[in-house]
Amino acid sequence: MDVVELKTDVLVIGSGAAGMMAALEAANGGVSVILADRSLISRSGATIMAQMTVAVALGSQTPDSPEFHLADTLAAGRDLCDVSLAQLVCEEGPRDILQLDEWKVGWARNANGSIRQAHAPGHDRPRCVYVDFLSTGPAVAKTLRTRVVRQKEVTRVGDLYITDIVVTDGAATGAVGFSLADGRPVAISAKAVVIATGGLTRLYQRNSASANMGGDGYALALRAGATLTDMEFVQFFPIGHLAPRLVGMDPIMWDPFRYKLGGRLLNAEMREFVNDYGNEEAGTYNVTRDRATFAILSEVKAGRGSPAGGAYLSFQHIPEAELRASFGPVIDKLAANGIDLTQMPIEVAPIAHYHMGGVKVDAAMRTGVPGLFSCGEANGGSNGANRLSGNAITEAFVFGRTAGHSAARFAKAAGNADAPVPAGALDLAAAGGPKEGENFAGLIAELQAVMAADVGPFRTEESLTRALGAIAGLKARLGAVPPGAPGPYNMARLDWFDLRTMLLVAEVVTLCAIARKESRGAHQRDDFPAMDDAFVLHHTVTLDGDAIVLGRTPVEGRTIREVA
Amino acid sequence: MRETATLIVRRGNAGDAATTSSYEVPYTPGQSVLDGLRFVRANLDETLSVRHACINANTCKECMIVIDGKVEYACTARLEPRDMVLEPLGNKAHLRDLVTEITPPDERLEHALKTGVGKVAAGA
Repeated sequence: MDVVELKTDVLVIGSGAAGMMAALEAANGGVSVILADRSLISRSGATIMAQMTVAVALGSQTPDSPEFHLADTLAAGRDLCDVSLAQLVCEEGPRDILQLDEWKVGWARNANGSIRQAHAPGHDRPRCVYVDFLSTGPAVAKTLRTRVVRQKEVTRVGDLYITDIVVTDGAATGAVGFSLADGRPVAISAKAVVIATGGLTRLYQRNSASANMGGDGYALALRAGATLTDMEFVQFFPIGHLAPRLVGMDPIMWDPFRYKLGGRLLNAEMREFVNDYGNEEAGTYNVTRDRATFAILSEVKAGRGSPAGGAYLSFQHIPEAELRASFGPVIDKLAANGIDLTQMPIEVAPIAHYHMGGVKVDAAMRTGVPGLFSCGEANGGSNGANRLSGNAITEAFVFGRTAGHSAARFAKAAGNADAPVPAGALDLAAAGGPKEGENFAGLIAELQAVMAADVGPFRTEESLTRALGAIAGLKARLGAVPPGAPGPYNMARLDWFDLRTMLLVAEVVTLCAIARKESRGAHQRDDFPAMDDAFVLHHTVTLDGDAIVLGRTPVEGRTIREVA
Repeated sequence: MRETATLIVRRGNAGDAATTSSYEVPYTPGQSVLDGLRFVRANLDETLSVRHACINANTCKECMIVIDGKVEYACTARLEPRDMVLEPLGNKAHLRDLVTEITPPDERLEHALKTGVGKVAAGA
């Protein structure tokens, strides 16, 4: 079989906001870049799915400072944020938001022309810029894509699936994978590699991101010798759409409407319940995501959930004219789905939304493996145990740009030494075995059910141990060789590679969740319901051969006072 | 009696003689054609290729196919309890089953090779 060999200074894997920022900044640094994505460039991953808010201390509306933004970020992170990373996001966020403004992303404006900032949950003041209620992400993706297309030093390659990072003498020197369009194995020689693959929401049955986010970057980083951190912290978005079936809309669409209009969260008795769980919501919507998720699932557990297993979200108290003014054409899309908000509540439930954990990096986005950098949601540490609303796109910009800068510098310093792809590196991408009667798409669905049931927002030693057993069982069924022969868009083969990644990442999440014997932020243990100071630490993960090795590192500079 | 939808799907690789597979999938009002295809892949036949990145939001725009002769997104077209004929787009190069080449020309591997960032080597 023919092999495609590509060569570049910097390889960026993933083309959401972080990947595109990294590619742009690296190219600005005077090096060649390949921007690779397993799906379509700029249309894959989480950025394109982002609905509204981007948090940034612009102070364009209410006086603000990065310090206040940092204080809210650290508070939401429940004492576990890596302050150097959180600080970078808060301090450099304004620069990137204004850069995007210059690139005409179209941030919403106030009547006086200043950039409008909305007040999102967990923030002490209006701090979130947006383009409009439902399409901030697509606008960001389109704007960055336009810049990338104009940048001649960036070669874009879509439908390129990366199976592994190539490591030579301990340093990242490229990657191997295959072309989805024709199945050909591809080897990429690069002086620096940037992981920008996003999170792991696909591990869960119900999630708000793209189907290609199964934790690719975590598996790539682990196998390359990098360290992961905080992998037990999966953020659930409290009010994901549950019922009735709604097509053509993102399941997280209700959030902006809830805080604009004050939609009421009700249990089966049609009673508001969020304040029963130590919160103080009154007419506004200011409870952080971990607390809202806890409240909804506690009601379900107590037998007071909605018929489909969530809570009701009602806008029935709001006059029809006001609903129409706020929802605009969305009202008609809802009508096409048989939903009339003046007549009925809809049902919502927590869905997997974002991963706080990820690749451990320093403030230059270095992973510890020379030549390997990571950015965006793929990183861990900046959000601690719970991410503040609006910080994801901001960190994608800041971390992406920083990683691109660092990777370009590294590539330049590396000179012209060529690192050939070692023999055998392409074996897996080219391998094919007989179909053994397993349906790997079905096994992925099984894994998603296991993770939702036993490694969701509520966990116990028993549920987590059960999940480990199920994961081991699925691993045995995965086998060592992908099924069938390489060929054009062979999804059954792609499922095998995805399951390979997802099983490793699922095991890592579960092991870290077992180790954290307390409840904090997005990690809630029924058997250890309180926060415990002994666990103000990060769990780290590395691979030793095939063995997953857990470690612990201290949290540095954890209070705002220590930062200031 | 549970209602079902029957998906009659055009199969095969580029250049192969076209065949069809017929799948009976459970029907619940409000579901999309993509819901039905995802059910097929996880429960009946994982060899069926249909591309999508988002599942529901109509954001990725990858799932455009021909449904009963009409070009539609599988994620927004409704599943209906009857025979539905699904085919790949007719105006794009066919890759496999319902998948066509929708990647912009300058984002394909072939284009990268033409720009000189790589070469094709005779492999193992």
